[in-house]
Amino acid sequence: MALIDVRGLDLPPRLAGVSFSLEAGEMLGVIGPNGSGKSTLLHCLAGLLPCRGGIDFDGRPADALPPRQRARSIGLLPQTCDSAWSLSVEDVVALGRLPWDDRDEGAMRLAMQQTGVEAFRHRKVDHLSGGERARVWLARVLAGRPRLLLADEPIASLDLYHQRSVMETLRRYADAGNGVVIAIHDFSLAARYCDRLCLMHGGRLDAFGTPAEVLTENRLTRVFRVPVHVDLAARPPVITTQ
Amino acid sequence: MARLTLPLLLAAVCGVAFLSLASGSTAVAVLAGLRDWLLGINSAAAMVIGEIRLPRTLLSLAVGAALGLSGAALQGLLRNPLADPGLTGASQGAALGAAVVFYFGLFPAAGEAAPALAGLLGAGAALLLMLTLAGSARPSLVILAGLAISTLAGAALATVLNFAPNPFAMQELVFWLLGSVSDRGLDHLAFLLPALALGGLLVWRQRRLLAALSLGEEVARSMGFTLTRGSRLVVLGTALLVGSSVAIAGSIGFVGLLVPHLVRPLVDHRPDRLLLPSAAAGAALVCLADVCVRLLPPGREIKLGVLTSLLGAPLFIWLVWKDRRRWL
Repeated sequence: MALIDVRGLDLPPRLAGVSFSLEAGEMLGVIGPNGSGKSTLLHCLAGLLPCRGGIDFDGRPADALPPRQRARSIGLLPQTCDSAWSLSVEDVVALGRLPWDDRDEGAMRLAMQQTGVEAFRHRKVDHLSGGERARVWLARVLAGRPRLLLADEPIASLDLYHQRSVMETLRRYADAGNGVVIAIHDFSLAARYCDRLCLMHGGRLDAFGTPAEVLTENRLTRVFRVPVHVDLAARPPVITTQ
Repeated sequence: MARLTLPLLLAAVCGVAFLSLASGSTAVAVLAGLRDWLLGINSAAAMVIGEIRLPRTLLSLAVGAALGLSGAALQGLLRNPLADPGLTGASQGAALGAAVVFYFGLFPAAGEAAPALAGLLGAGAALLLMLTLAGSARPSLVILAGLAISTLAGAALATVLNFAPNPFAMQELVFWLLGSVSDRGLDHLAFLLPALALGGLLVWRQRRLLAALSLGEEVARSMGFTLTRGSRLVVLGTALLVGSSVAIAGSIGFVGLLVPHLVRPLVDHRPDRLLLPSAAAGAALVCLADVCVRLLPPGREIKLGVLTSLLGAPLFIWLVWKDRRRWL
């Protein structure tokens, strides 16, 4: 049974007829030009936008889940995040336990270890660098141990080292039997870490499949309106504009 | 330190309350007076403590707690350390309600409590208008709607002042608006305490939402919180707290804005942990300010609201200056 099964998701004019499914243990990369509906899709999956169509989570309609239960099962890492207050790293990570109404020290410690933020758990988030902060936001979602993790461009502002570190963390999280859906602009990293890719174009699903099926030169050139060179045989895969 | 904050502040409240009971023009044995009053023994000490100082002390504590708690709640909801509880419109609504009583002499049956009763009704009306205007009750809309209703109530208040029937009515109204807890009895507490309890409960039950909102509305909603309902309840609770305290004691400035600022570093900046310590600190601060009012040289008494503003404004300027240097 699929972890999440999406059928004919509609939110005019931002999303039209999107269908796909994701198994537990898989990592799905959502790619596409700016404004193609990547974030909208993730928000619909998280239940933040009222969309038509069907979303089944673990065989049950996601709409039937009470909000708290849905939040325990599906965690969202938004594209932009900021703390209004000068909270400590530990307190931010503890916020991830709010849907569970507890402060599970084990889950929090594991999340901090997975993201490498444990060393500065007592520091204030507003005193951290952008890369450190991005990992703290991820640790907050991981602390909730969601079965499905939705990450909206989590590596957008990170340097090369932290990009790889975050992608490896998400990959390991999926390998542990969870599902990960990540909106991403870096095709090379998407091809390297994702099991499947979902190419969005104008609010529609243009292609869905393995990286080899989706990342073809003709398709990317048509969707992104620039000539694209694809070499998936290279290690790591190379996808660049010509 | 964060765990000790509330017990220490509660100890401070007890200390200040005792100081308030002991302060006045006549030296009275506080404990003996309290005991006599509780046992119904008719002594001079019992009369001074029970009839004059106890209502004043309890009112100042309740008003301070209401303002401190509402400030902490509203700042948490709006994710803005500069949010003032008066932003809900309830403060100006309460002032307008009381002003109308002074002008038209409404609710004669309520006697001394008539301004308080009208103030509560005014706060309720302003709140209703604000919530209707804000519609979805999204925090960003609440601040705009609250400002709009505050401005409307402020304009109506200015009109009432403009057309005051005689200079004495205007003077009485202006003095009342300056804020004070003197010349009030335990019957005023009967108005304040239910509103304080209900408003406090509404706010306290939303403390998890305030914590979730630290990282923004999107994150809070993704964690299963219904923002519209939660925001409405916090705004309702805040308006009850502010409206009732303004209705009883007039306008006491800067407490709701400043107290959460002072307490926030002591609770590791967590908005959910800020609520009760802010209530305790607000209670201690207003009660202490009222003690200062009584300790000033005899003559024309400075109003409590004037003193809190006079002391609060420089402190606030210092806080802004300190924050500014941090970001330079």
